[in-house]
Amino acid sequence: MAEGVLILSIVVATLRAATPLLLAGLGELVAERSGVLNLGVEGMMLMGAAAGFAVRALSGNAVLGLMAAMLAGTAMAAVFALLTLRLLANQVATGLALTIFGIGLSALTGLPWAGVPAPGLAATIWPGLAHAPPALQQVLLLDPLVWVAFACVFAVDWFLRRTRAGLALRAVGESAEVAHALGTKVLRIRLAAVLFGGAMAGLAGADLSLAYTPMWAENMTAGRGWIALALVVFATWKPWRLVAGALLFGFVTIAQFQAEAFGLSLSPDLLATLPYLATIVVLVLISRDSTRLRLAAPAALGKPFRPTD
Amino acid sequence: MPDSPPPPPQAATPLLAVIGLSKRFGAVMANADVALSVMKGEIHALLGENGAGKSTLVKMIYGLVEPDGGRIEWEGREVRIPDPNAARALGIGMVFQHFSQFETLTVAENIALGLGGREMPDALAPRIRETAARYGLAVDPNRHVFHLSVGERQRVEILRCLMQAPQLLILDEPTSVLTPQEAQSLFTVLRRLAAEGCAILYIGHKLEEIRTLCHTATVLRAGRVAGTCDPRLVSPMELATMMVGSELVQPRRRTHKPGRVVLTVNDLTLEPGDAHGIPLQGVRFELRAGEILGIAGVAGNGQKELLAALSGERLSRPSAIRLGAEAIGALGPVARRRAGLGFIPEERLGRGAVAELSLAENSMLTRLASPVVAGGLVRRGAARALAKRLIERFKVRAAGVGASAGSLSGGNMQKFIVGRELDARPLVLLAAHPTWGVDVGATIAIRQALLDLAAAGAGIVVVSEDLAELFEIADRIAVLSSGRLGEAVALSQLTLEAVGLQMTGHATAECLDAA
Ligand SMILES: Nc1ncnc2c1ncn2[C@@H]1O[C@H](COP(=O)(O)OP(=O)(O)OP(=O)(O)O)[C@@H](O)[C@H]1O
Ligand SMILES: [Mg+2]
Repeated sequence: MAEGVLILSIVVATLRAATPLLLAGLGELVAERSGVLNLGVEGMMLMGAAAGFAVRALSGNAVLGLMAAMLAGTAMAAVFALLTLRLLANQVATGLALTIFGIGLSALTGLPWAGVPAPGLAATIWPGLAHAPPALQQVLLLDPLVWVAFACVFAVDWFLRRTRAGLALRAVGESAEVAHALGTKVLRIRLAAVLFGGAMAGLAGADLSLAYTPMWAENMTAGRGWIALALVVFATWKPWRLVAGALLFGFVTIAQFQAEAFGLSLSPDLLATLPYLATIVVLVLISRDSTRLRLAAPAALGKPFRPTD
Repeated sequence: MPDSPPPPPQAATPLLAVIGLSKRFGAVMANADVALSVMKGEIHALLGENGAGKSTLVKMIYGLVEPDGGRIEWEGREVRIPDPNAARALGIGMVFQHFSQFETLTVAENIALGLGGREMPDALAPRIRETAARYGLAVDPNRHVFHLSVGERQRVEILRCLMQAPQLLILDEPTSVLTPQEAQSLFTVLRRLAAEGCAILYIGHKLEEIRTLCHTATVLRAGRVAGTCDPRLVSPMELATMMVGSELVQPRRRTHKPGRVVLTVNDLTLEPGDAHGIPLQGVRFELRAGEILGIAGVAGNGQKELLAALSGERLSRPSAIRLGAEAIGALGPVARRRAGLGFIPEERLGRGAVAELSLAENSMLTRLASPVVAGGLVRRGAARALAKRLIERFKVRAAGVGASAGSLSGGNMQKFIVGRELDARPLVLLAAHPTWGVDVGATIAIRQALLDLAAAGAGIVVVSEDLAELFEIADRIAVLSSGRLGEAVALSQLTLEAVGLQMTGHATAECLDAA
């Protein structure tokens, strides 16, 4: 029985740790499939985390908090879109700047909330959580955002493969020039994709500050935005593979704690590098087959598009 | 040609009228006060040298380039065409000079995107098959475009337009990449479309084609209309003179005296690079100094693989390919260039040149020796001088050595690349379709340059589907079919018909007897 609960708790903890990665990664995946590389995920997540926590604390309403987080992420993405799509700034440099900007701005706006305790999302939804039997308690910890993340994977995958707009988005990521020559609205599609990426990153941030570790602390994303970026490549730009990647990363995060519980002394630093090693291995594997690499990576990724007159 | 085009039906107002259209790119006046009208059911040729402004004109009609001045009338009413969607809504379809395809998407997905409607690729597939079958343009809707040969890709482009049932079909040099057979079947399609009332605006450089296909021709010279005529009533020479503004001289062959063997290919066998490629099977030939060997064949019979193997993009057994006495089969492209092998690839952008780089920078790409590169350092001055020399010698129309390769018209880009390779004075030159999309004047110039290079002692392999071209410059011709290379036969023992038959896979013996 106790072992069952332990396994269940590992599964639940893995799912919870995977959720922010999945949300942020999915947003970035869509942006990259349209050909835009936004390295500002970390910054957008932080803004989402800060805004979500603040609005929730002020209003007492978690849903409002989540919406504020998405709005904050979208606003950050809008800045990025203006600079890279309209003013044709370099995407890599702008993305890095966006992250640095997000770290600073979130620290500033989040200052009053630092260290303020707050109930977790699950505890808010299920007031009786603390008194439930252990097994049920574990299951109840799977808050709605976990399910939202998986629903989003399903929706994004369906959108990309099965809809006209999804096809157009992939086409724009393949070659903006050709898409333009065929009359596709390149910039409009890219703008939408970047804004979606921002909203998802904001939501991912809120998942951290409202559900995963319900609090606000400066730089609390601790590099998860970068992991999400790596995951997109790991997943070779495919939504369902992103799930596999996020679960792997989530599990490794959990394993660092669980290994100690089992009395295994693995260096946490070593464990933390595992996912990155896995990403590199996957990159090497997909690069071995040029056909597959060509099919996987959006050909126009990171290339600015300048419509001729 | 027995099937000369039927007379166009006479209508009062033209379907499309272009009046006083102008467009300037920086210092270049691409179009100046151009007037043109196309009737329903008419096949209208648009002729002109490379850089004369043909593509610019049709891009304005298709809503891709905004005119600086002038107007466009559709069925007598003035229209504004801000983007391709507007053009499509009017009933205008266009096949672009450079492929407008998404390589990693399937044929059906590409066509769905090109139609601009709401239909999903899967729902479109049966209709694509049906249209393809009706016009004899076999393609598999589910294949990825990057697996297709250029000929097949062209078919997809044409199919994309046919699917929208256009009233005006614009084709920007559609046959420059087609085999003669493919071109003929395209003409059948076009004649049928015209008979159904579709107007066709046809850009091309092959004057014989124009004369059998088109009812009217408008000639552009340096952005202006130089004249309009009925191409059936004037000779190709007259047309060419109208385009160039002066008389043309045909290329001259020097007497042939083969020297020592410079390139030996011995039992070259190669697995295909991808699932749809053709394996090379025991290819063998010898090339002597001063000789031009033509390799004929229908696209997709292993040309891509043979070129990749010869250029060094794909490696083989060291002794399978020998340059002089040196075994180069296992050497990469750079080492082969060093050893004296020049290569003119079939794709100008992507393989031959980098669109974003300037002409000066592009001129250095394959010139790894002094004076352009010295001691591992690039010498910009020398590179600019080289680019300048190429521009002058091969009459490339460009804004200067600083112009990006992508800003050149298609034919001018080809002239530049050919010039770069010729100028390196290679021991052996490998040329894939050297005059694709190049105008009459430049075609003659390029062929003459190849002949001159051979006369100066180089061995040249020309891979081309244009038999007329091979017959004009080659000394011997071998046919590549299903990855096997036939015996190279001296030109004096060959006829166009014999090679044509061999290309389509018939026995060789009787063809040779007939010759
Ligand atoms: N986007 C552009 N920017 C700058 N110059 C351009 C651009 N497009 C075309 N030009 C210039 O305008 C002129 C006409 O080009 P265009 O492509 O219309 O020629 P073309 O008649 O189609 O030639 P070709 O037979 O080689 O295709 C050329 O000198 C070309 O360099
Ligand atoms: Mg052109």
